[in-house]
Amino acid sequence: MSQPYTTVIGLEVHVQLATESKLFCRCSTKFGAEPNTQTCPVCIGMPGSLPVMNRRAYELSLKTAVALNCNIPEFTKWDRKQYYYPDLPKGYQISQFDLPMSADGYLEISDPKDKFPPKRVGIIRAHLEEDAGKSVHDEAAGKADSEIDLNRTGTPLLEIVSQPDMRSAAEARAFLDELKLLLTYIAVSDCNMQEGSLRVDANVNLHIEKDGKRIATPIVEIKNMNSFRAVERALEYEAPRQYREWQETGRQLGEAPKQTRGWDDVAGVTRGQRSKEESSDYRYFPDPDLAPVITPAAEVDAVRESLGELPADLRRRLTEGYALSLYDADVLVNQGKSLVGYYLDVANASGDPKSACNWVTQHVLRELKEREQSIDQFGVAAPRLVGLIAAVNDGTLPSTRAPEAFQLMLAKGCDVTAALAELKIERVDESALVTLVQELLAANPKTVADIQSGKLQAAASLIGQAKKKNPNVDPNRVRELAIELASQAGA
Amino acid sequence: MSIVDRSATELLKSLATSELTSVELTQACLDRIERHDATIGAFLRVDGARALDQAAAIDRKRRAGEKLGPLAGLPVAVKDVLCDRDTITSCASRMLAEFRSPYDSTVVGKLKQADAVLIGRTNMDEFAMGGSTENSAFQPTRNPWDATRTPGGSSGGSAAAVAARMAPLSIGTDTGGSIRQPAGLCGIVGMKPTYGRVSRFGLVAFASSLDQVGPFGTTTEDAALLLETIAGHDPRDSTSINQPTPRYTESINKPLAGLKLGVVPEHFGAGLDPEVASSVRAAIEIYKSLGAEVKEVPLPHGKYGVAAYYVIAPSEASSNLARYDGVHYGFRADQSGTLAELAAERQELIAAGKTAAADNVDSPLVRMYRSTREAGFGPEVKRRIMLGAYALSAGYYDAYYLKALKVRRLIRRDFDEAFKEVDLIVGPVTAGPAFKLGEMVDDPLAMYLVDLYTVSANLAGIPAISLPCGITKAGLPIGLQLQAPPLEEERLLRGARMFEAATDWHKMSPRITRIDANGKG
Repeated sequence: MSQPYTTVIGLEVHVQLATESKLFCRCSTKFGAEPNTQTCPVCIGMPGSLPVMNRRAYELSLKTAVALNCNIPEFTKWDRKQYYYPDLPKGYQISQFDLPMSADGYLEISDPKDKFPPKRVGIIRAHLEEDAGKSVHDEAAGKADSEIDLNRTGTPLLEIVSQPDMRSAAEARAFLDELKLLLTYIAVSDCNMQEGSLRVDANVNLHIEKDGKRIATPIVEIKNMNSFRAVERALEYEAPRQYREWQETGRQLGEAPKQTRGWDDVAGVTRGQRSKEESSDYRYFPDPDLAPVITPAAEVDAVRESLGELPADLRRRLTEGYALSLYDADVLVNQGKSLVGYYLDVANASGDPKSACNWVTQHVLRELKEREQSIDQFGVAAPRLVGLIAAVNDGTLPSTRAPEAFQLMLAKGCDVTAALAELKIERVDESALVTLVQELLAANPKTVADIQSGKLQAAASLIGQAKKKNPNVDPNRVRELAIELASQAGA
Repeated sequence: MSIVDRSATELLKSLATSELTSVELTQACLDRIERHDATIGAFLRVDGARALDQAAAIDRKRRAGEKLGPLAGLPVAVKDVLCDRDTITSCASRMLAEFRSPYDSTVVGKLKQADAVLIGRTNMDEFAMGGSTENSAFQPTRNPWDATRTPGGSSGGSAAAVAARMAPLSIGTDTGGSIRQPAGLCGIVGMKPTYGRVSRFGLVAFASSLDQVGPFGTTTEDAALLLETIAGHDPRDSTSINQPTPRYTESINKPLAGLKLGVVPEHFGAGLDPEVASSVRAAIEIYKSLGAEVKEVPLPHGKYGVAAYYVIAPSEASSNLARYDGVHYGFRADQSGTLAELAAERQELIAAGKTAAADNVDSPLVRMYRSTREAGFGPEVKRRIMLGAYALSAGYYDAYYLKALKVRRLIRRDFDEAFKEVDLIVGPVTAGPAFKLGEMVDDPLAMYLVDLYTVSANLAGIPAISLPCGITKAGLPIGLQLQAPPLEEERLLRGARMFEAATDWHKMSPRITRIDANGKG
């Protein structure tokens, strides 16, 4: 890279856990209800109300932390993070401060197109907290009313904080894609960014090499990014902007306060919001209303065993055990657990992982996409695709006609035998084929002479004639036999 | 002996035999309130019609032979800090003067289940912060034994109501002594259970790790009766203890054989009123005469209790009271002039050349918070919020809050050690009898020291009881405190009952004298 700096990126991701009810009360977490209809005295902080931890939320966070290779301490507790805001009805958020439920993990990222070498992105910590409500500012027609919706208040969030280990927008994007895939695999979140189930903030600065010294620029936090693509674009915009700013001001890390900038997706720029003059004092202290959570090592082990194969494990299995390219493995794994299961069924039963991969990544995925179906709804079950591959491999089904058979199986919901019958495709007996080729050679002495003089490509001219006589012949075999028989005749 | 002079236990028997109806009893209490509460000020609100309706309904159920709860027909007064569905829970604060809770606290729910008659809501120090009930935003409460004096606090209304025989039973809360101290100063029985024994759900929080609900009555038996009604595990309170509640009333009359009683030398140091000291020593002699072995046990860290308490309790309070911001419920300061006011402030600063300061003038939202909290809270509440916010601030946390937690652990350890040697610890509740109203309002530190003998039980989470053990020459009650290991309420009540059975102090009741406008008796 020719640019004179390295971009240093750390991400903070808030993930809404897929629980039915809120973190400290039994209100529903369903998205889209009428404002303030999913509330109770506990989540709106009525005097005298008390929180009770939703065990399910803790289990989901534990699952995630284990999948992120985090250490899970035996003891974790709840803290109050105190600040005033109208959508924070208690005047504090129940969160975790100095003893989070997990820390020191990592997530492996790679790029199938090799834009960057595979790497581990460190996870500083992942902790559970409750969400705040939503402020709606209605400034239309000169009004300045603010309205508060507390439906979201108390929804369980897992805050995942990465190390500043990413060095490009592509790496950040890969981290988010891989994280989302992982969370989907272990079914802890629906990761829907539109509904706020997954939110990303980025911390960015530059390391600039100058006169043999490394200069770090002030850290900027970017907010308001509403898609992974927006994160990528914001980071691509922000790095050169910081470089220009450094060239103008020469300001280094520590010489300017940490700045928060908002991403404007339409204009494609980040804009300064407010400077944090000093870090806010949230006056954290342990929440006396909640007991600490004790997680015995055995529970962590049980969670680890229950996780099953994660995306990284599956990729490894597919490339090492099935000899797939990283690219193909990635395509399969990114489609989710059940598609990988489908592939494995076909690969194992057919004994031909390469053909299985071609069929699944090309034909199956294309049809699923067109039909907007999931693999569980797909019309060609794994055993039938195995039958199709077997028919191709044993020569019953010429590979050129296989797509036709596949379409018919899909359309009729039939197996390969029925498709072959319908298409009148029959296996051509080897002796009949030899007779056919011998007839053709006899009728085409020029071709025989060409082959004998070493022009083997001349054999191709017989394929069309052979197919005319019998549409089921395997073109490759015709060519092979023509060369073999013509050469024998000349010897 | 008039109806209202009888204990709750006796009244329950009369009600059971229909010798007395709940309506008659409730009416007698209402009459008593009518006659004396203008002087005493124990109640913030009395809903006589609702109480009589409840009483009549219970009488009907009794006549129909229906199953009745354990307090059927007994009037109970409740401190105005426990939510009672759809009625006001003010915490004696302007902030919640009009606040109606949409739900029942667990304790109020249990009282309703027990068929108690909820006769009224009692006065208290605002948000339970104080030791004299003078911090109520609405009215002071006066001591029935001497109306120029305090009943103590913060549950002063609940203690005075029982002492003045306006209700046979009442509910209080105790964060640093707020049940035991007023019980002592009013000559009745008051008990703070083990932390977690009684649910805090629906108790408006002052200091969550210290707050505990408990009973007032004129006898230990009555306290046992009310405690066994309100105690028990509550899944809605994560700090509630999951242990069965013993039947305290069934065992209370069994004396403790071979009782080993601990006396703490530090409790008899400088500052203890001589009359209180001699009454407590006399009480110890009575225990000896009942066969108890008395032993000195040290509680070396007790002297740091008040200091630790006044870091921990305000810290939690500063957080618990943050929700009173005028946004969602409760009081909100009038904002009609806010925008003009802010504009004027900005102009004035700009005119004075202070442009930076002009930029820092409050936003309308922040001004609303500020003026709401300024007008909604009284001075003691503000003082504690400031103390707590300071103690939790970055840079001070370790020196104050964390240090106080360490002291708290040491105090608990002292008790654990002491209870290896003795069954109960006996001592004074307060250093002196009831003080004059207004005597300490300008001296918050002196007021904080009133909690000297009581805060340790809250910090350690152990149960403790206050019961009458004497009267001063001036005619003021003196209280005796007993403390027990965690969850040993049964032992505590039986030990207290031994003393009560051997003495007549609990049979004394105040002669209430009306006071004139100058507060002179």
